[in-house]
Amino acid sequence: MKILAIETSTEFCSVALWQDGVVSEKSENVGQKHSEILVAMLDGLLQQAGVKLAQLDGIAFGEGPGSFTGVRIACGVAQGLALGANLPVIGICTLQAVAQGSGRDKVIAALDARMAEVYFAVYEKHEGVWHAVCAPCLCLPQEAPAVTGSGWQAAGSGFAAHGEVLQARYAGQLAAIDAACVPQAGAIAALAAPLFAAGKGLDAALAMPLYLRDKVALKTSERLPVER
Amino acid sequence: MKLILGIESSCDETGVALYHTERGLLAHALHSQIAMHNEYGGVVPELASRDHVRHVLPLIREIAAQADCKLTDIDAVAYTQGPGLSGALLVGASVACSLAYALSIPALGVHHLEGHLLSPLLSKPAPEFPFVALLVSGGHTQLMRVDGVGKYTLLGETLDDAAGEAFDKSAKLLGLNYPGGAELAILALTGTPGRFKLPRPMLHSGDLDFSFSGLKTAVRTLSKQHTLDVQTRADIACAAQEAIVEVLASKAMAALKQSGLKQLVVAGGVGANQQLRAQLDRTAKKSGSRVFYPDLEFCTDNGAMIAFAGALRLQQQETKRDYRFNVKPRWDLQELNIG
Repeated sequence: MKILAIETSTEFCSVALWQDGVVSEKSENVGQKHSEILVAMLDGLLQQAGVKLAQLDGIAFGEGPGSFTGVRIACGVAQGLALGANLPVIGICTLQAVAQGSGRDKVIAALDARMAEVYFAVYEKHEGVWHAVCAPCLCLPQEAPAVTGSGWQAAGSGFAAHGEVLQARYAGQLAAIDAACVPQAGAIAALAAPLFAAGKGLDAALAMPLYLRDKVALKTSERLPVER
Repeated sequence: MKLILGIESSCDETGVALYHTERGLLAHALHSQIAMHNEYGGVVPELASRDHVRHVLPLIREIAAQADCKLTDIDAVAYTQGPGLSGALLVGASVACSLAYALSIPALGVHHLEGHLLSPLLSKPAPEFPFVALLVSGGHTQLMRVDGVGKYTLLGETLDDAAGEAFDKSAKLLGLNYPGGAELAILALTGTPGRFKLPRPMLHSGDLDFSFSGLKTAVRTLSKQHTLDVQTRADIACAAQEAIVEVLASKAMAALKQSGLKQLVVAGGVGANQQLRAQLDRTAKKSGSRVFYPDLEFCTDNGAMIAFAGALRLQQQETKRDYRFNVKPRWDLQELNIG
């Protein structure tokens, strides 16, 4: 099975090709220039591997949470590729990609959500399968959901932006902290592979971002009356 | 003989179309977000972007079915590269460029205003180059001399608000829902002409520039001075429309006279305004000129104009297999000029 994965929810532009368990990945810190680099990058990856789009079994993408524009770029490109090459798609949660990327089995994943909040989830791996102990959510770091037990790996930019608060919250429960751990396409591909194998790929038009932050503006009726 | 898919997502409409260089426009479809933004009193860029992601693919499939085409029949994908809302533009651009890459065909970034400018060529009878174009929408008010595809000279433009903005803001002051420009025009029908006289900003400025922000202030002052009963609102609407239309028509005619041309093309959402059309037709007739309007459905943002502009560009320029989709939220139309 061959899967192409795309991840652009952070300042990294990352693509990966998964071929029966063997992953090749390209990743680069591009700031906000994903749109200028992404297609050329995945084209380079496919050419190097001598794989054509038509030979793929599916397109996976980092669905978010993360930069709104970033996750839309990954989603839009996944949609376009899947539509043009008639392939199924699967969106993978970036928090789970962080857990996968951490290399550990018990992970508290937190990504900086700006506006003093974090995207947060907790995962545990049993017999090679990830389980969400705490489903992805948006919260204040001081209100992050409690976990039980110790030996948790902390991972993701949330621990850089709100390290002190989160460390205090999980005092005595953390084994290590990897605040530099970012969601990458290789992890996305590895997580998507069993789903494609189980026939869970979706139609291209059903590929959608996961924002978690849904309140982005006030309706006229929600604003305080102001003098005209 | 080429088939071009056009994708427009620069603001609050998702538009797609299939244009064939010999058979013309085969199919087009539009999803408007106006109802969604209405509750917010204006376009919320982030919500606009989120909505585009939901609609681009279903719309592409819809028109492919309508036109009885397979995606593999398409020879190029044209998309609005700017100007517009950056997040919204990126949605159309990312789908367009990745789809073009997957189909191994060129992707063409089209200037939104070039789309509007050339859209009257989609209608019959069509104008011939050269002509003067009046671009009037919620975001733009420009007079442009058009000598051909990629041959544009700016003659004048608004120094502040766009004409469509003046319509919408006046409508808001009169208690109409966003975007109220079209509603204001309906309200004006029952107004008493002459009860109120509003200023005609820059009417005699001697150049072809516009200014509409003072007009909005004048409408605000009027609406505070009077009890806004139904008739008064209609009378103010009537006065506001008259002022905007008179300035637009007068400057458009001056542009024709200055350039010595006899054809005026009106494009953009405000081009749908009936009073503007009536006044332009009246004054054009006197001077022996002719005014061309795109069909009403192509006045607002749409995919057809992008597919069409893409088709003209395709015939004219060498296309590279370049799938970078950096968008240009600000983009001067004259940068496109060829030669």
